[in-house]
Amino acid sequence: MFKRLDESPRQTVTVIINGRSVAVPQGESVAAAVLAENIGYSRTTPVKQLPRAPFCMMGVCFDCLMVIDGVPNQQACMVQVRDGMHIERQHGSGV
Amino acid sequence: MKDHYQLVIIGAGPAGLAAATVAADHGVEVALLDEQPAPGGQIFRAIEAAPVERAEKLGPEYRRGEKLVSAFRNSSVGYFPDTRVWSLSARREIGVINQQQARMITADQVLIANGAFERPVPFPGWTLPGVMNAGAGQILFKGSGIVPSDGIVLAGSGPLLLLLAWQYLRAGVKVKAVLDTISRVNYIKALPKLPSALLVHHHITQGLRYQQTLKLAGVELHNGIRDLQAHGNESLESISYRHKGSKQTLKTDSLMIHFGVIPNIHLSQAAGCDHFWHKRQQCWRPELDKWGGSSIDGILIAGDGGGIGGARTAEHAGRIAAFRILHNLGILNQRESKIEAAQDRKWMKADLRIRPFLEKLFRIPDSMLRVPHDNAIVCRCEEVTAGKIRSAIAAGHSDSNQVKFFTRCGMGPCQGQQCSQAVAHIVADKTNTPLQQSAQFRIRPPLKPLTLGELASIYPEERE
Repeated sequence: MFKRLDESPRQTVTVIINGRSVAVPQGESVAAAVLAENIGYSRTTPVKQLPRAPFCMMGVCFDCLMVIDGVPNQQACMVQVRDGMHIERQHGSGV
Repeated sequence: MKDHYQLVIIGAGPAGLAAATVAADHGVEVALLDEQPAPGGQIFRAIEAAPVERAEKLGPEYRRGEKLVSAFRNSSVGYFPDTRVWSLSARREIGVINQQQARMITADQVLIANGAFERPVPFPGWTLPGVMNAGAGQILFKGSGIVPSDGIVLAGSGPLLLLLAWQYLRAGVKVKAVLDTISRVNYIKALPKLPSALLVHHHITQGLRYQQTLKLAGVELHNGIRDLQAHGNESLESISYRHKGSKQTLKTDSLMIHFGVIPNIHLSQAAGCDHFWHKRQQCWRPELDKWGGSSIDGILIAGDGGGIGGARTAEHAGRIAAFRILHNLGILNQRESKIEAAQDRKWMKADLRIRPFLEKLFRIPDSMLRVPHDNAIVCRCEEVTAGKIRSAIAAGHSDSNQVKFFTRCGMGPCQGQQCSQAVAHIVADKTNTPLQQSAQFRIRPPLKPLTLGELASIYPEERE
């Protein structure tokens, strides 16, 4: 489980994570926003349908693949949040 | 972005930033390409955006990045953030993609400065949600001010475990335990390297201070742990390990692991640069001359991507490479580049004095690397276990590429970056051959997944 530090307030944008509206700081990566929401897992694997969550946060492991604005297989740690963005768990290959 | 530059630098960490600033100050037309939205690399991630209160919790070494980034911001470097490199050839043709637009550019000189990533060490349960790299935890902290809830466990080996535990403590997070694989043998082997390391005592005193603070805060610190496993159904519920011969279990929903870092050699492999197995650092490194020049003319490598030296050394190596590039471009003569680089060489040599000590002390046990548990998933993308790889080898598929063809291990979206070293270790162990001779996965572009639409965007004039 993760939590946000109590820091001076920053500008936020609103994103929709699995159908729920959430205010998150501007400039944050989608993976960070998703982890702070503590949704458990962010995708299931294509072979064994097992749950996974972001692992490296720097673009090398591809474990954070999610469906962002309807497009599957997006690396959540490499995409920044945008106002109105729809972020969803990816199931299997996503296609 | 232009079609051609005198110098293209890949990576905006300490090496890339330092090199770009020097080259631009000498009038070179530089493009600096970086995957991240802001300069600093992983080590100085979000250095411009992090609020002061957060930067202070992260400590003084982090804040060193401020100077580096501001010098770069005041230079004339052409900076391209959010830009990924998916191809690099020996002729210095570079495939890049930015905002779904792919293109090919060329350069007279290329500097690879794309750093390192955390060494993937497969163990049962390491794919469970709740298990994450310690470096990833630090990225969350630096970039977003996000920290784990109380009761987190850190495990593996290396100075980062202590540093991160110390940073979490400063942020008010209760750390349950720090479990390190280092054993008494490591201490004994590291001891002869200590006098030289003490010459750069700030690293050692820092490490001791972290340890002291953690102990006082009641964090369990254990060395010599083995057989680390993560357990849980949908996500992490507990971990187990062996310590002093007996099995221990800890309840936790958050485990951060770290087994040192290894150079990111994907690009230098794709270009065809020569590499060798570095026994002390337990990783492959590109063959480099003392200027950072690779085996291919016009391709240089600086920073952790050329061998692990840390942030300060990366900064010096970046400048040294830049002075060589200035010579290669005819801007400085040989004597001038030598003189310009002298100060950085001196500082780099001093900074590197601690490495032999750290390499011995935090050496990952061979058993962990060579013989992962049969149930451990080695290829996280294609979900191939160590057991399956061993049976492929037993069936006669006796090198990494054969294992890849047979099991799909290394064929997923990460393109084998997370499993190539582990597969080579298992092959070497199973076939009883030295790792040095082990074949590595053949690396071909695109190094990053590209959609057909993105690929087609290279030639916009041919669109209907």
